[in-house]
Amino acid sequence: MQIDLSVIDITKKFDEFTAVERVSFEVNQGDFFSILGPSGCGKTTLLRMIAGFTEPTAGTIYIRGNDMAGIAPNKRPVNLIFQQLALFPMMTVEENIAFGLQRRRENKADIRKKVRAILDRVELPGFGEKQIDQISGGQKQRVAIARCLVLNPTVLLLDEPLGALDLKLREQMKVELKKLQAQVGTTFIYITHDQSEALVMSDHVAVMNQGTFEQLDTPQNLYNKPQTPFVARFVGQNNAWSGTVHQGQERYHEIRTDEGLIFRTRAEEQLEPGQRVDLFLRPEAMLIQPDPGLTELNRFDVVVNSILFDGANSQLLVSPLNSRRELIVALPQNRQYDYIDEGDKIELGWDKDSGICFRER
Amino acid sequence: MKAFSGKLHIQWTLVCFLTPVVLWLSLLIVLPHIDLLLMSFRTEDDSGRLMWSLSNYMLFFREPIYWLTFVRTAVYSILVTFLTFVIALPVAFYITKVAAPRFQGFLTLLLLLPFWVSELVRVYGWMILLRESGVINHFLLKTGILDRPVEMLYNDVTMIMGLVYTSMLFMVVPLIGVLESLDDSLIEAAYDLGANMWSILIKIIIPHAVPGIVSGSIVVFMLTLGNYLTPNLMGGKNSLWFTEQIYNQFIASFNWNQGSAFGFLLLVLSSLVIWVGLKLTNQKLSKVVK
Ligand SMILES: Nc1ncnc2c1ncn2[C@@H]1O[C@H](COP(=O)(O)OP(=O)(O)OP(=O)(O)O)[C@@H](O)[C@H]1O
Ligand SMILES: [Mg+2]
Repeated sequence: MQIDLSVIDITKKFDEFTAVERVSFEVNQGDFFSILGPSGCGKTTLLRMIAGFTEPTAGTIYIRGNDMAGIAPNKRPVNLIFQQLALFPMMTVEENIAFGLQRRRENKADIRKKVRAILDRVELPGFGEKQIDQISGGQKQRVAIARCLVLNPTVLLLDEPLGALDLKLREQMKVELKKLQAQVGTTFIYITHDQSEALVMSDHVAVMNQGTFEQLDTPQNLYNKPQTPFVARFVGQNNAWSGTVHQGQERYHEIRTDEGLIFRTRAEEQLEPGQRVDLFLRPEAMLIQPDPGLTELNRFDVVVNSILFDGANSQLLVSPLNSRRELIVALPQNRQYDYIDEGDKIELGWDKDSGICFRER
Repeated sequence: MKAFSGKLHIQWTLVCFLTPVVLWLSLLIVLPHIDLLLMSFRTEDDSGRLMWSLSNYMLFFREPIYWLTFVRTAVYSILVTFLTFVIALPVAFYITKVAAPRFQGFLTLLLLLPFWVSELVRVYGWMILLRESGVINHFLLKTGILDRPVEMLYNDVTMIMGLVYTSMLFMVVPLIGVLESLDDSLIEAAYDLGANMWSILIKIIIPHAVPGIVSGSIVVFMLTLGNYLTPNLMGGKNSLWFTEQIYNQFIASFNWNQGSAFGFLLLVLSSLVIWVGLKLTNQKLSKVVK
């Protein structure tokens, strides 16, 4: 498989502050690659270095094997969709989309044909004559994508393009964008701080924190096998406990939490008895009133503090007995748990493979 | 009753605000102009009595010296406006988009600095630099580039340079205004889509800046057209400005009727050029002066 983009040890310093530090990765042709991280972690800086707007302090960027050092943004085979879209307000939709083609001095008939085709592709047929301020937010989004895709870039860079849309439209555009990418087959590099966007759309996701990549993996692995505490906290919801290792064998360890509960769980790293650890457990990993026949489960009693009803995402907020720690537990809406009320005491259980613990840092 | 008094109250405040404006407009602008207009249509006959006639205007068209100066002034004013724009655009672009934000205020102040001295002093400053025994000639002679001093003053090029210099600020300030409202990401997006500097300028920056360009151009054009001092002091014997003709009629020939006719022709000319300019750029005056 061809590698479209390869970034090697790239670093960006703003005076003393390091925004991006020794980041390396490769993106295969046709991949939907996301970079997920909290605000200010250096995502935009990284993307602008790939687009050519920011000069890296160190490191190299190759696009289809060509070194991009010293090549201006207008000469790179990549296009960037800006956080604020940056459509040209003085031009119509058609002129916006034709802008790049005109700069390449393609002939007028070809330009018209290509603009038509791309407008159909993004499901905006007949919108060419409209002024930019006459179309809706979702339509602007699609014009911005069309404006770049019509140039057939090797890599399309997207900087939180759905950030400005309202929730409903965002959900819809998420699916459309994924579909569009699959159809055109262009390599997408997509930046977001919304983990659900990254998980839903991507083939691969890199989780970024303070200028470095914490983990680069498939969405499933990020969720199920986080390799760092940051990833465990940032991707999906997680309950966190701190405790000490009681005893350990191979990959499973007995952990004693600070409130005195004893759990058996999996660890990705070597742990010694007495080591301080952080234990993470997904809300949906906890079974409510598990069958007494399941002897392998970690079991503990909790008091229900409140019930957060939200359809399929309903949750319980519970606290272990004699503890003020609040845990989130998924509440399946199959009517099996309708009897649970606030203040009830219930038993929870979880499998030793669904938790994960890391050395405290 | 209450509603009535409320309405009355509003009307009184309106009157209070409007009175000075109306007085100012009518006393200082409308009345003198009506007087000038009337005057321009009168001439003295042989016996020295005033009578209605078009002869003041006829004279303008009969004597080439007058209408040639008139055309020259118009063409040079347009040229000055254009040159000022060409120089002011990069300056405004640098101040708004390139310079670090903390220097922006300082740079604008720097532009303003020459206007703290009067135009007369500014023009004399240029003269000290440029005249035959001036600083530049002295320097060029010392370094051996010239072996005899040249007169750099009193020609059209110097005069135009002086006029552009005087007008800079009035073009830069409105341009800074419009360029500040131009989103940087538009420029970057154009660059990213393959545009070079020239097409970014033509396709993105200038279309966005049109309102500022038009309002700056109107101000610069009117100021240049009506300028007296700079063309008079820096221009040569052959580079007459139309304002000098008006001055001559009023002061030297003491022919107020002829002077008013010239004044009115200048007013018509500036209105006409501005109207054509607005039509060409598809702008509305009320929008531009905002
Ligand atoms: N031109 C600059 N000069 C100095 N510091 C900068 C500059 N650009 C970015 N930074 C800093 O680099 C860090 C990363 O910025 P960046 O814009 O890449 O964040 P981001 O991950 O895109 O965040 P967000 O999700 O909020 O857009 C920030 O702390 C920011 O303050
Ligand atoms: Mg950003």
